Amino acid sequence: MKNHEIKAVLLTAIQEIAPEIALEDIDLDEDLRDECDLDSMDFLNYLIEIKKLTGVKITEKDYPKVNTFKKMLAHLEQNIA
Amino acid sequence: MDRENDNVKEIVMPSLGADMAEGMLVEWLVKRGDSVKRGDIIAVIETQKGAIDMEVYYTGVISEILHEPVVTLPVGTVMARVELTEASDREVAATAAPQMDTTVPEIDTAPQMDTTVPEIDTAPQMDITVSEINTAPQIDTTSPQVVTAAGRGSVIASPIVRKVALEKRLDLTSIKGSGPLGAILLRDLPETTKEMRVSTSASKQLSGVTKSMRGAIAAAMTKSKNEIPHFYQSLDIELSNALAWLKKTNEDRSPELHILLLALLLKAVAKTLTKYPDLNGFYQANQFVHAEEIHIGNVISLRQGGLVVPAIHHVDKLSVDETMQAIRDISARGRNGHLRSSELTDASITITNMGERGTDSVFAVIYPPQVAIIGFGKIRKTPQLVDGELVNSEVMSVCLSADHRVIDGMLGAKFLNALSKQLQKPELL
Repeated sequence: MKNHEIKAVLLTAIQEIAPEIALEDIDLDEDLRDECDLDSMDFLNYLIEIKKLTGVKITEKDYPKVNTFKKMLAHLEQNIA
Repeated sequence: MDRENDNVKEIVMPSLGADMAEGMLVEWLVKRGDSVKRGDIIAVIETQKGAIDMEVYYTGVISEILHEPVVTLPVGTVMARVELTEASDREVAATAAPQMDTTVPEIDTAPQMDTTVPEIDTAPQMDITVSEINTAPQIDTTSPQVVTAAGRGSVIASPIVRKVALEKRLDLTSIKGSGPLGAILLRDLPETTKEMRVSTSASKQLSGVTKSMRGAIAAAMTKSKNEIPHFYQSLDIELSNALAWLKKTNEDRSPELHILLLALLLKAVAKTLTKYPDLNGFYQANQFVHAEEIHIGNVISLRQGGLVVPAIHHVDKLSVDETMQAIRDISARGRNGHLRSSELTDASITITNMGERGTDSVFAVIYPPQVAIIGFGKIRKTPQLVDGELVNSEVMSVCLSADHRVIDGMLGAKFLNALSKQLQKPELL
């Protein structure tokens, strides 16, 4: 998967939870939960969506590595088989 | 036209709790001649609480479909009839469970119907739905208002997509969805120019739906505050053990198996309620009636504003993992509009959870005819004195709002302390 494809996948996962969010609305370096107003259930659903779309399993200990859009992008780039 | 008798039962626009005056039939999932069994989802209706999957309470064959979508119908309007197939089903129908109350309000509002519903005296929601229907003079049971056909058909789309489609007068059946199972997402909708966004009866109808959710909340909460003598008690509950247990349990778990604190809280409430059943039930006709089951309503805030309060059934009988799956399930369906009619009517107590980004405490308003609601604040890190030493601790303020007609302060205090005790041993939940 190429960078722009992963980016599209990430956006799809976010919009599944928060359909009104567009990429230009959010600061890619800030905490995604604050940027998109996600509660803990929303965030979990976002991770489940990402796993469905990419196969990458993100567990609680990975949370600090994936808490912004950019960090998640880098994490997925590294881990997508 | 057949009148309802022992063999033929009417399927009516259900009342899903406080102040629902009408609902919009969006789609039938059955047709004439189809066999159905109790609990099957037979239609999608758009209500004050979003799109709802409407269940049937009888087993039999659909003998008549009386209204075609998309149409707005007052609560109690006969939408279809079902012919019962077996004698045993007839008996089941005659002694149907409390959910039956969602189908009975027509008794008072639609005098042309000759129905006999034995549960009328025991149905917990009965008095609330009837009184609210009586205060809704705008209902015209004789001329259902036909609205636009946009959004009709067997498409998967969230309420917000349906709303936009209605506003823009888009036909969703002609749009290819890019979401799961072909669900239509917002981005699938074509851009429309401002000129196309003319005010139509459809968009008025839709803004009415949003307004009506506000109206439903207003009516239920006003009724509650007018009639229920609330009192409030709060206890700071130490959650360090529970949080440590969660951390360890979740360490390597895939997100779909991840357990949130809410699951532990729900389980602990259910377990504690088995010892304090006086908090679990309904106040009706000037007396308290215990609920036989523990169905816990969960307040879910919707992104577009407003809230829904679907129940998780039999929480006392679920494991923590099952409770978590049930939470995920209702929150997903609460937000994409596939709650079942029974889930919105049969909660015996309610909880509201502020989450990490909320407030320290929440003193909630009881949802009538229930007699208690429990509010969970956000977790606070705080030092505590243990044997003269300062230690880190994580606490949550848990507030019980209770109906003083049924519950006294001492009982409330015992309940909260028992709940706290329950949460100290998360491994036993």
